[in-house]
Amino acid sequence: MAKYLLIESRDPFDSNDTRFCGDLARQLAAAKNEVTLFLVQNGVLPVRPGARAADLTSLAGAGVHVLADSFSLKERGIDENRLASGVAAAPLDVVLDALAEGAKVIWH
Amino acid sequence: MADKKTITIAIMDAPYENARSTTTLRLIDLAAKRGYNINVFAYEGAVLQPFAAQTPHANAVHGRSVEEENHFIPKDAIAALMREAEKNGGKIDWVNCGLCVDERGAANAIPGVRRGSPADFWQLSEASDNTLVIATR
Amino acid sequence: MKTLSIVESAYRATVEEQDDTIVWIHGAMKGAGADLALLLRGNAVNYLVQRQDAGGLAFGDWRQTQPPRIASDLAALAAKGVDICYVAEDVAERGIERNELINGAQPVPRGAIAELLGRYERVWYW
Repeated sequence: MAKYLLIESRDPFDSNDTRFCGDLARQLAAAKNEVTLFLVQNGVLPVRPGARAADLTSLAGAGVHVLADSFSLKERGIDENRLASGVAAAPLDVVLDALAEGAKVIWH
Repeated sequence: MADKKTITIAIMDAPYENARSTTTLRLIDLAAKRGYNINVFAYEGAVLQPFAAQTPHANAVHGRSVEEENHFIPKDAIAALMREAEKNGGKIDWVNCGLCVDERGAANAIPGVRRGSPADFWQLSEASDNTLVIATR
Repeated sequence: MKTLSIVESAYRATVEEQDDTIVWIHGAMKGAGADLALLLRGNAVNYLVQRQDAGGLAFGDWRQTQPPRIASDLAALAAKGVDICYVAEDVAERGIERNELINGAQPVPRGAIAELLGRYERVWYW
């Protein structure tokens, strides 16, 4: 079982290609890997309840850890105590921890 | 204190063009505070991040002088990060891709930046605990 | 010439510039007497959210003392007579409540954008 960190900097309002990270995360999790999807920059825009968060909630249900960068949330005025189900706020240290642990880290 | 690690980061964005530049510096700051060795391979427009001739300006729209505006200047942030890494027992090895430097006329970089090539990126990566590529779009 | 600027791009390099450069240039042009209006669409509608906070960043011993304050900048433009509109559906799709937005910005239904453009002699898209 390998560790993966997928960093998603794009948002589904601006890019159709956010499906790439979502689909990849799902496949990796199904193959019993430990998978984290870390949303950063505009990648946090879909995490408000009522935004396009259904895919993220579904990913969390499939065993993917879905995290949103705390600073990116604050920068956009998104209350980190009011995120879509399955999404948690986290500091950027998550990325450094993953790199330090030897996870495969992809920036999208 | 966390075990010392060596991380290599490849970047491509010129300053003031994309939020990726800020996030990269945030990551380097965290690594510097941990005392990691951090290799940065600056490719394409990113060779301008440590360009020595950057100067701050006032902000007339907000009515701020040069001093009041305290404009973010990438080369100064990078120099501060180099000091931070050293203070914590680590080091930042910033390598500017040479051909990218030449075509952009970006040779005038701050101290601590060296010229290199894609071979350096490969060697740095091989010698690191992990590598992160933050590509441009 | 009465000009409508449509702004879509959001948070592209706002921390480094300590402004959104498109909002900023409109402040500069307004200061020079320009007759301007703004339509925010796409992710740029988030610029109207009052509780945005990009403060507190530091890199080593360098601390950012002037973070971007984009909602305030837009409110200031509105106070100077720049019409600020936003696409209503873009706000709703992002889960943003109207009471989160600055005062003084007007919603425009997506279906009414064409009519809005017809009211201006020039339209710029940023």
